[in-house]
Amino acid sequence: MFMKTINFATIYVLWLREMKKFVRSKSRIVGSLVTPLLFLTFFSFGFGSLSIPGAPPGVNYIQFLIPGIIGMGLLFSSTFAGLTVLLDRQFGFLKEIMVAPVSRVSIVLGRTAGAITTGLIQAFLILAISLVFQLRIAGVLNLLLAIVFMILTATAFIGIGLIFASKMKDPQGFNLIVNFLIFPLFFLSGALFPLQNLPGAVQYISYADPLTYGVDGMRAALIGVSFLPIWIDFAVLLVVSGLMIFLGAYFFEKSESV
Amino acid sequence: MKFQRGFMDAIKVEKLTKKFGKFTAVDGISFSVKPGELFGLLGPNGAGKTTTINMLSTLLNVTSGKAEVAGFDVAKNRGDVRKSIGVVFQDPALDSNLTGRENLEFHGIMYGVPKKEREERIREVLRLVELEDKQKVLVEKYSGGMKRRLEIARGLIHKPKVLFLDEPTLGLDAQTRRHIWDYIKKLKSEGSVAIILTTHYMEEADYLCDRVAIIDHGKIIIMGTPEKLKHSLGGDVVCAETAETTKLVRLLKKLKWAKSVKQYDGSLCVTMEHGEKRIPEIILIAQKAGIKVNSVNLHEPSLEDVFIHYTGKTIRDQEAEGSDRARFMRMRMRR
Repeated sequence: MFMKTINFATIYVLWLREMKKFVRSKSRIVGSLVTPLLFLTFFSFGFGSLSIPGAPPGVNYIQFLIPGIIGMGLLFSSTFAGLTVLLDRQFGFLKEIMVAPVSRVSIVLGRTAGAITTGLIQAFLILAISLVFQLRIAGVLNLLLAIVFMILTATAFIGIGLIFASKMKDPQGFNLIVNFLIFPLFFLSGALFPLQNLPGAVQYISYADPLTYGVDGMRAALIGVSFLPIWIDFAVLLVVSGLMIFLGAYFFEKSESV
Repeated sequence: MKFQRGFMDAIKVEKLTKKFGKFTAVDGISFSVKPGELFGLLGPNGAGKTTTINMLSTLLNVTSGKAEVAGFDVAKNRGDVRKSIGVVFQDPALDSNLTGRENLEFHGIMYGVPKKEREERIREVLRLVELEDKQKVLVEKYSGGMKRRLEIARGLIHKPKVLFLDEPTLGLDAQTRRHIWDYIKKLKSEGSVAIILTTHYMEEADYLCDRVAIIDHGKIIIMGTPEKLKHSLGGDVVCAETAETTKLVRLLKKLKWAKSVKQYDGSLCVTMEHGEKRIPEIILIAQKAGIKVNSVNLHEPSLEDVFIHYTGKTIRDQEAEGSDRARFMRMRMRR
């Protein structure tokens, strides 16, 4: 199915392309930070002093919210990164990539590497802002663990974005995806509230949402509160992100480039 | 002995066919291109030129038939084919958020050109298309002609054995078109790269190509050097506009010296030797039959005349029909 080789030069150059474009689009960087900042600011005005059931003393709602907001940032940026294949097709650049003597899987890996990096940069910026909102990270190990969850979350949604990009022919469907995929995934994940508070049936739907495990895992790592044991979060997310990126690569390979 | 065969023919196509559902876009075409040769596919929009290029450059699967590029089968050795070719697509395929130079570097890395050689090649190709002073400008600020020049430069960085130019001057103004022609000529004089060019501009094919295949409705109608094709009509072409074209055509067809008489768009064209001496005779015949002749012109045959001769239509007639077909094709492909 895939050409056997992995071309590291290709992965590097596609990654580099994403980085150059990211650094050049100041508005994209600022834009990606405005929404999380608004959420954090106004929720801390509104609910800052609320306590979370089952949380250890000293963990208030805002600290609970921070991993959720990072998850939201990753959800949006990664899904759109996958969807940018569509823009490349629209602007013809996809043909230049597809006609090059490189394996399709390298193309997917290069894009994924680029998208994960931009996603992580954004997540770190949100994390830095969060320090203002009294987030205290217990140690380096906790931070590393949180990064692992960030990478897995980003990978899963890049894969999902790629799947949709391969199935759509033009970017007209972007809004549809935002309204019918991204927002439901965001609300179901428990990014804004404890999953315990959801009615039983809805909780089950939440289990089908990859973001649930990403946010829960980051919470466990950053503030020591989680709905599920952290190893379950990790295992589920590892499997899901692997599967999604595989499917994304598969459909990308299958889709016509002209 | 794949390698040796590749040496003889840069491109070898046998009964190549592409179907989109029930619609046959390319219908069993065969041709070959030698190294260093500039080969033109000439035909209206929707004739199957771009589909052919897409098959030869591995972007589309072949329905049936066989095609070899630089000695490699386009279905079986895609990787090797991709390494051997440079492609300039009909629609721009540049990343407009990168600079011209970055687009070239990106391409060089993708094609595995080592850093030192890459720098040298980029310098060379930028000089060829005269974009040295614009290399650090974002491509979104480039004009249409500059973009096309950059794409031609990019297609050459990895020293391809075969270069595909799909409608290289489409949508460019006359002056820029001249410039692009000069670059293509320069390119041809410099190396042994085989160039396959598609166009629906008759004068472009005539000016640039060593050999031309006229393609219509997915089939090659006729193939040869522009000179030979034009001579094949036999002498000069006299075209006349009259009030009763059909009637005059019938009369002229009876003449022995008229090698062919074709009618289109309310005018007629007659091919003959020594056209200048025959014009009075034609007018006399028309007058005797009471047909008013509005205008007459004489010219040496152009590829346009060749196209009319073999398809019975002007390329402009075809154009309208062709764009319908292209739209239909896109529709099919979308599914």
